[in-house]
Amino acid sequence: MSDTTLFKVTIDNISIDVPAGTTILNAARMIGGDVAPPAMCYYSKLEGSGGKCRTCLVEVSKGSEKDPRPMPKLVASCRTTVMDGMEVKNITSPKVVDARAGIVEFLLLNHPLDCPICDQAGECHLQDLSYEHGKEGTRYEFQRRTFKKHDLGKYIQLHMTRCILCYRCVFAADQLTGKREHGILDRGDHSEIATMIEKNLQSDFIGNVIDVCPVGALTDKTFRFKNRVWFLKPMNAHRDCPTCSGKVTLWNRGEEVFRVTARKDQWGEVEEWICNECRFEKKLSSDWTIEGPRLIDRHSVISQGHYAGTVGTNMPTETIEAVLHGRKPKLLMDIHEVSEVNRPKIELSKINGPAHSNNFNPDND
Amino acid sequence: MEALTSRSVQVSRKPMSLAERLFLPAILKGMGITFSHIFKKQPTIRYPEQRREFSPVFRGLHVLNRDEEGRERCTACGLCAVACPAEAITMEAAERLPGEEHLYREEKYAAKYEINMLRCIFCGLCEEACPKDAIYLSETFAPANYNRKGFIYGKDDMVIPNLKTDPEGFAKAKGSPRNN
Repeated sequence: MSDTTLFKVTIDNISIDVPAGTTILNAARMIGGDVAPPAMCYYSKLEGSGGKCRTCLVEVSKGSEKDPRPMPKLVASCRTTVMDGMEVKNITSPKVVDARAGIVEFLLLNHPLDCPICDQAGECHLQDLSYEHGKEGTRYEFQRRTFKKHDLGKYIQLHMTRCILCYRCVFAADQLTGKREHGILDRGDHSEIATMIEKNLQSDFIGNVIDVCPVGALTDKTFRFKNRVWFLKPMNAHRDCPTCSGKVTLWNRGEEVFRVTARKDQWGEVEEWICNECRFEKKLSSDWTIEGPRLIDRHSVISQGHYAGTVGTNMPTETIEAVLHGRKPKLLMDIHEVSEVNRPKIELSKINGPAHSNNFNPDND
Repeated sequence: MEALTSRSVQVSRKPMSLAERLFLPAILKGMGITFSHIFKKQPTIRYPEQRREFSPVFRGLHVLNRDEEGRERCTACGLCAVACPAEAITMEAAERLPGEEHLYREEKYAAKYEINMLRCIFCGLCEEACPKDAIYLSETFAPANYNRKGFIYGKDDMVIPNLKTDPEGFAKAKGSPRNN
């Protein structure tokens, strides 16, 4: 791209040369770190996304070299392209920080804040955003918006109350699958993600809507309520898949595969789309070739699992047996004889859909 | 040999006097001290019948709370388990079926919940972490046991009895009533 003109843009006093036509958000992402504004609806891999959530608002303090007047209002950085000599303030502008905190509150207006139940908790962008801005509570006193429940089939669980209408799943279905079967129905306060007539979402790549969803509105039904993400061990793995690249992240507990997701980069975006078969059907360790543990940001609650390095991939060496010449130590209590959880013979990951009270009946043991 | 301490005293080997050989004055003196304690304030209490008041911040045995309608509050969010420094808490979650609404408050609940009291250090971090006010450290002790397996506490041991159907059990699980 040698023929394209480079524009010099300064974001939070850091200058960078970017090709003309780059958005402010992408220029900030090239710098990286805290300079990059958060984005709930923009998704670099989905064409047309962005401009819905307003969390990426920035202040343009100098329009360009030729026209140095500042822009009168805060602009959505995912939709505004850079100009030569533009000066942008993101976190250095109190106006932006204040506006963003307000937008988080608006996004949480109808959000049920049921994080203790939600499977997305721990990797939810809205949760991160609200805690970053100190708006994890709510001041809303009225009845929250509720919806008629739609069943989207055996793979995908829709919680419309948690949706922030970012349209990412609509774009994903449009651009990845042959035929989109869901979309936004109604308008204004009533708009909701749904299928027109009760219909299962079944096309091959539709599972990716779970990964693009920034909140817990679309979650994996095969993983529903099985475990919390911070108790799971994320591992890079791949398999020879005829439909997709087969490069995924496995979320293991011990040897059990609880969940399969695509690999996400530092902006929480999918690196390579994966197919439904990889995501929902391959829940055995033997299906996958494990590459190694996945690096998790140390600020994430998922790193609470302490699965860094080779932890969890190598079995610890038993020293007592070697010292006692092969004699095994006498166990005073085998926890599995007493404990009712994590029973070795029962694998929750193999139940289709969430576990129910009948899965825990003592008669089934 | 040099003395190890300046307070060491040489043992007296002198023969005892008549008063000392009688022993009676010493016995009477000792009895006097013993009887004088009858009239003093007792520092001890008669434990199983009488119990001391707990401090308001006492952290005892865990209870899993119910809401006003007697439904279990715990949603198995796992925050207590991740907060637990001793890694004593484990749980398995399940989805509420239609018809179980009177049992569980939210659509997800803890089907199994277990605290290993051998590991628990009663720090109370689970209580602090709980977003649903579900787990509390009550004003009771963990009873002693001869077997290790008696210290693996399941939901049966911890869910507080329903206030409406079993008020006596509820009061017992909550702990000793404080004299306010």
